[in-house]
Amino acid sequence: MDKDRTVHPYIPNSVPSVQEEMLAEIGAKDIDELYELIPDELLFRRKLDIPRGYPDEYSLRRYMNGLLAKNTPTSEKLSFLGGGCASHYVPAICDVINSRSEFLTAYAGEPYEDHGRFQALFEYASMLGELVDCDVVSVPTYDGSQAAASALRMACRITGRNTVIIPRSLNPDRASIIRNYCHPQIDVLTVDYDKRSGLLDISDLKQKMSKHVAGIYLENPSFLGVIETNAEEIAGLTHDNGALLVAGVDPISLGVLAPPLQYGADIVCGELQPLGVHIYYGGGRGGFIASADEERIVSQYPTRLFGIVPAVDRAWGFGDVAWERTSFARREDSKEYVGTMAALWGITAGVYLALLGPQGMRDVGQTIMERSTYTAVQLGQIEGVISPALDAPFFQEFVVNLDNARKTAQEMNDMLLERGIYGGIDLSKDFPELGESLLFSVTEVHTKDDIDRLVRSVRQVVEGR
Amino acid sequence: MSGKETGFHQARWNEPIIYDLTSLGERGILVPAAEAEIRNRVGDVISHIPEGMRRKSAANLPEMGQSRVLQHYLRLAQETLGRDLNIDVGQGTCTMKYNPPINEAFITTPKIADLHPLQDERTVQGVLEIVYRLDKFMREISGLDRFSLQPGGGSHAIYTMASMVRAYFEEKGEKRDEIVTTLFSHPSDAAVPRLKGYKVIIVPAEEDGFVRRSSLEKVVSERTAALFITNPEDTGIFNPHIRQFTDLVHAAGGLCGYDQANANGILGITRAKEAGFDMSFFNLHKTFSSPHGCGGPGSGAIGVTDELAPFLPVPLIGYDEKNDRYFLDYDIDHTIGKVKDYYGVIPAVVRAYAWIMSLGAEGLRQVARVAVLNNNYLLHKMLKIKGVDAPFAPGKHRLEQVRYSWEELAKETGVQTTDIQRRVADFGGHYWMSHEPWVVPQPVTLEPTESYSKIELDTYVSILERIAHEAYEDPDLVKGAPYNSTIDKMDDHSYLDDPEKWAITWRGYQKKYSRYFEPKVDDPEKG
Repeated sequence: MDKDRTVHPYIPNSVPSVQEEMLAEIGAKDIDELYELIPDELLFRRKLDIPRGYPDEYSLRRYMNGLLAKNTPTSEKLSFLGGGCASHYVPAICDVINSRSEFLTAYAGEPYEDHGRFQALFEYASMLGELVDCDVVSVPTYDGSQAAASALRMACRITGRNTVIIPRSLNPDRASIIRNYCHPQIDVLTVDYDKRSGLLDISDLKQKMSKHVAGIYLENPSFLGVIETNAEEIAGLTHDNGALLVAGVDPISLGVLAPPLQYGADIVCGELQPLGVHIYYGGGRGGFIASADEERIVSQYPTRLFGIVPAVDRAWGFGDVAWERTSFARREDSKEYVGTMAALWGITAGVYLALLGPQGMRDVGQTIMERSTYTAVQLGQIEGVISPALDAPFFQEFVVNLDNARKTAQEMNDMLLERGIYGGIDLSKDFPELGESLLFSVTEVHTKDDIDRLVRSVRQVVEGR
Repeated sequence: MSGKETGFHQARWNEPIIYDLTSLGERGILVPAAEAEIRNRVGDVISHIPEGMRRKSAANLPEMGQSRVLQHYLRLAQETLGRDLNIDVGQGTCTMKYNPPINEAFITTPKIADLHPLQDERTVQGVLEIVYRLDKFMREISGLDRFSLQPGGGSHAIYTMASMVRAYFEEKGEKRDEIVTTLFSHPSDAAVPRLKGYKVIIVPAEEDGFVRRSSLEKVVSERTAALFITNPEDTGIFNPHIRQFTDLVHAAGGLCGYDQANANGILGITRAKEAGFDMSFFNLHKTFSSPHGCGGPGSGAIGVTDELAPFLPVPLIGYDEKNDRYFLDYDIDHTIGKVKDYYGVIPAVVRAYAWIMSLGAEGLRQVARVAVLNNNYLLHKMLKIKGVDAPFAPGKHRLEQVRYSWEELAKETGVQTTDIQRRVADFGGHYWMSHEPWVVPQPVTLEPTESYSKIELDTYVSILERIAHEAYEDPDLVKGAPYNSTIDKMDDHSYLDDPEKWAITWRGYQKKYSRYFEPKVDDPEKG
């Protein structure tokens, strides 16, 4: 019996008299007896070295608030950090819907009791499908990097080949995730980029292309922000070699940028966070994979796919398409594996797209382009600052070079921090060929005053004031 | 009350597909426009996008006023049975425990929601401390030496284990190409090793449900890279030979990975270390109470011994005692690199941390003990129902869950477990059968956790008792269910399996069908 214990609010049956009643029903004398299958030598005898805790909620809140107070979020300062995790406005309704008990605490129910979950995810796929111009969209995977890695494995299975090519200009973390995911069966080659423009180096790509190449991964816009203007030529090259083009996109750009199937991509993937999900220290991530409705491609998706089905009462029903692909059905004979990934962010992205609509998606793309272009141009007016440092059209993010400003990227960020500004991402370690450079991200949340303050501050730092 | 009436009815809005709610010109939200001075300065930026890279026509998204969007999604929410709304013991293996709303307050605050992963470490000391301290708690609960909180779920943690196994033997220069698992381990324990290039060996269980040491001995060799095993298994049976298993694999030079996705019955009771494991993981969205979110985001906390710590993903969170400063530590010798963007699912990490800090050491132990008490109570009540059995380990107590079988009921009435599943929806409940393959015939897996009171457990059992009674009295009633759910029965699975018929998006549907599933005959591609 567990007498003399606090009855914790999360554990109703810690009430001693109830425990007695239940043990009597079971015919056991105490709870210890229920652990009979665990051998004695495996029983943990001492008390866990974990604090006593704060069982009353007020004390817990006081304690947690104390810890959280040590964080200074982007919203309390002025931040230009992006790199695949940019600040965007999250409409209030996105938060209302994804914090509803029904969605927040549901899991893996059937289409009967969880009909709404299925419909919301089918609609998410339908709206994202329009944005990327694809008839098939996956239930969300862990993040955009996982989506890219799975899309490349799909390309290998579809073509029966075992080499993929990724750009050197990729986010190094994403490159690491892809390499690890492809290891050991698949060779991952890197194609260089043109240092002047940031665009993919086509002659290097031609050199690396071979009959072993299953897929080329291209990002639009790239990690360095540039719009890959040669995408159509790259698609042609890829297809001439019997390979597939996998395009990674930032979905918030697709109100103004062309959906990748229109320039020849075969599989599209990307990150859902810009569509109504907070950044959560990089923890608010969800990925998607999309394509045309071709059986040779659909049969290679590793994720769940929800389809629409008739019901007896002529309602819209839903279920799992081609279940036999998945590891839930086939264990080691499946396409990769599937598990709990990021469904809630898919529902949220659907809410976001429904709120913005066709005009909103165009508007947000335009505002981002206008404000980021303005920022790049204004920074470029400062003596010694090269901005934008890459000579190609860009979306949202752009490289700023400080080589002639006699400041390192780190020094600039430190001095901006003193002025209450989180500057750009320091590229000097991962992209030394770009010199002392920062990657700035400007979105719809940055007003002209914000931008002018940044420009003033950078000027002060450069001028040593 | 007739058989179809249960006193419950799920919301049934007949809510249209969102595209049927569109009303041209309506707006759900407006986006801030750039200031006039900016526009004057930069001109028509859209025209600067090269022709081939510019979007030609607007995306075909719904056009809806804000109120209608909210209403639509609230109706879909009502047509979803979240854990908070039901006695969710029917989703076995998933540990559908209480998700305290106070923990949501700790992640919806801008102090977490608006943190950028690359902002200066000096400005994120609070969140780094939480991650660091949760790592320490996980070490104590498992007995292992170091944890990474990067994986985004249990299967992702298995993937991380398999990646480390590969890196470990590559580093040692040993060629081992097999990973051994059991049929009652999670499907990902078999699927992931295959992805990482291993041959997967399944050790068979005996008729009593136990895997014998001798069966394992037959398949373990110098080719064995690792054993991946779930324990307690999905049957709720703790494998009493687990230590002999790990000793056997270690003697052959292999590693041992413990699938403790669901550790709800053993917190503070028994640990990975004493069972001899080199690696182990916990699902923060199961045992540690982070909500399941309709299928993620979750989190898989992966722990290892000191010997494997140099292979963990980067970064880990370090603590510089001298300067009282937490930091991102990328200096890990043989790291497998990254498995996920940034540092993992921070919302799940913060909730799990707050949950542990509410319970404390004694509370965690209480969680496990009451989860096991609840489960054995449920087992005794369940076995009183005609037609159901709990195969394996007869007369023994179970840990946190039981896989039951309706084999007898199916033989006697023709009612299958899938029928019962649909019928449970009529009572506002969940009911999950089992992972495939169905080693236990006509299975259902129930896991009551610590969260439900005795009265609630009695209520859930009474629902199954009534359905079993119906099966004997009026089997067609059960086979025709549901009646009180959001929709009626869906009969035709060809819409999910036939490439000509499936539709995965609304635009896909419209290419194949008009009105209500009337096939389009004028498809030019088919002549």
